[in-house]
Amino acid sequence: MNMQVSVSETMVSIPSPDIDTKISSRDVNVFYGDKQALKDVSLDIPEKQVTALIGPSGCGKSTFLRCLNRMNDVIDICRVTGSIKLEDQDIYAPEVDVVRLRAHVGMVFQKPNPFPKSIFENVAYGPKIHGLAKSKSDLEGIVESSLKRASLWDEVSDRLDEPGTGLSGGQQQRLCIARAIAVEPQVVLMDEPCSALDPIATARIEELLDELREKYTIVIVTHSMQQAARVSQKTAFFHLGELVEKGETQKIFTAPGDERTSNYVTGRIG
Amino acid sequence: MTDLVTTTDRWLKRRHASEWRFRAYGAAAIVVSLAFLVLMVASITMGGYPAFERHSIGLKITFDEKVIDPQGTRMRDQLMAANYTKLVRSSLRDHFPDVSGRRDKRKLNKIVSSDAGYELRDLVLGNPDIIGTTSQVWITAAADSELYLKGYVDKNLPQNQRRLDDLQIGWLDTLTANGQIKSHFNTEFLLSGDSREPELAGIMGALLGSFYTLVVCFVLSFPIGTLAAIYLEEYAPKSRLNRLIEVNINNLAAVPSIVFGLLGLAILLNTFGLPRSTPLVGGMVLALMTLPTIIIASRASLRAVPPSIREAALGVGASKTQTTFHHVAPLAMPGMLTGAIIGMAQALGETAPLLMIGMVAFIVDLPTGVTDAATALPVQIFLWADSPERGFVEKTSAAIIMLLTFLVIMNLSAVLLRRKMETRW
Repeated sequence: MNMQVSVSETMVSIPSPDIDTKISSRDVNVFYGDKQALKDVSLDIPEKQVTALIGPSGCGKSTFLRCLNRMNDVIDICRVTGSIKLEDQDIYAPEVDVVRLRAHVGMVFQKPNPFPKSIFENVAYGPKIHGLAKSKSDLEGIVESSLKRASLWDEVSDRLDEPGTGLSGGQQQRLCIARAIAVEPQVVLMDEPCSALDPIATARIEELLDELREKYTIVIVTHSMQQAARVSQKTAFFHLGELVEKGETQKIFTAPGDERTSNYVTGRIG
Repeated sequence: MTDLVTTTDRWLKRRHASEWRFRAYGAAAIVVSLAFLVLMVASITMGGYPAFERHSIGLKITFDEKVIDPQGTRMRDQLMAANYTKLVRSSLRDHFPDVSGRRDKRKLNKIVSSDAGYELRDLVLGNPDIIGTTSQVWITAAADSELYLKGYVDKNLPQNQRRLDDLQIGWLDTLTANGQIKSHFNTEFLLSGDSREPELAGIMGALLGSFYTLVVCFVLSFPIGTLAAIYLEEYAPKSRLNRLIEVNINNLAAVPSIVFGLLGLAILLNTFGLPRSTPLVGGMVLALMTLPTIIIASRASLRAVPPSIREAALGVGASKTQTTFHHVAPLAMPGMLTGAIIGMAQALGETAPLLMIGMVAFIVDLPTGVTDAATALPVQIFLWADSPERGFVEKTSAAIIMLLTFLVIMNLSAVLLRRKMETRW
């Protein structure tokens, strides 16, 4: 119980004045049927930084991530309470159009999931359905710049008509990132984007994250503490549906304030 | 040292023996089922292939102007109404001048088809200049002559137990010896409608009837079936009602087809007064029957689309409908089409519901649309199998060959279609 208190004390960490909060969540509870998956999570996501969500399996970190673009809506038995605001707009307000929300908050999934269409079509699909391109050359420009930002352009520029599913796992995941950023989102959510990739492909994605955070706010769920330490500026540690601790990544890994965090980052629970 | 080679071990021997036994059982099962299939196909082919051959008798016909057009007007009405059968009969008497007595003359007339007069009429209408000349014309042999020429008549039987007596056989033998009988491929069988005379009966009417019925069936059941499947699978909440609907669709797939026929009779014919015996009603009834098949197959193929594709589309901000129609439905389409084609193949072979709505009628004219009275292939088989004339036996088998051919073509196209669409990527 007193741990709860210490959590709420650390929660009042005042963000440094030059960083704006992009997403702020307050008292978010998520239920799958009768089972509570998240308990009173309040977390601020800073703009143009990488925020890592870490914790053991089943701790609710992916659930929280999927709340941020309302991907949980797809699940019939899922219920969300509390408030999540994207720049002062409550994303769970009844008048919010979930399709527009997802255009602003893009997502990259655990397993690379390109559409079974050409590389070009994969990237062009989002801009097409949102009417972002006025002409064909416009669309080609968007595809090229998205692939460049996902550092995939050099590898695929001569075979845009080939199926996206024919690429290697790492390339497919970068294609998914290109697809996500092609609709010009403000936030990119990544759900363990490297868990299906080999170390070299992982390293490339991590480099990419560093470049992307100049333009986008990134929230990444990861199993790997080393990865969280390498790529993120802020870290939040979840355990059994609770947000145990959050703060500067460096502080979480070097001087955790909670016993459970310290047990996790040192590998005693996992 | 561990011994991995010696097989003296009792358990090892037993295990090998049981594995060998199981393989032998499996192979035996395949051999037996193949044997039945070969037996069936062989017996039908043996019975049916003679139907694709027919014989014509070449007669010197004198197109006597006095009989055809005594006034010499060459009016179409006159040419239509003339007594051409008389020409055939006098020609036959010229060939066999020593036949006398009414009974023998009648027997002689019976070796050619009763349709012979119409064949001459068509010839004259096509070329009126032929009147007044004499020329060799090939005339369809009667069904009984056909049977003899194909070797089905046993000459050793007493005369009164066979369809042709010794005189008629003698005439046919004479004609054969004179080269006045020729056999050729039976295009009429493929191109004409049904008839009471076995030598004139064709399959085209039933083929067209089946075709129109299937068109109506597909047009109704494919859109309704796939849309129902898409709604149930992608949109409908997983509620008790939805589960109830699912159970009932599965039950519907197991309802005997004759029940659908009765439904068609009671509702479509009696309540709504739609035209009886038509492919329109037949197609509607068969659509009811194929709907569950299509819905079940479509739902299965929608379920087989990985959820990651739906997430990917939703993740870039596609709406539910965009996700479904841009990504999920196209990926499920091969499975849906396969289900539809298999449903159509089922419908093609269905007889019972068509009997109930009157597509069992004897219809000579070829149907020209979905509201014309028609019959269908399996019903035609049923009708011919029921006919007493010996000549219909081979027609029945031939019709079965046609039906099986179309079934194989449809199933094959389902396989090819699926393979083609699936290897797109």
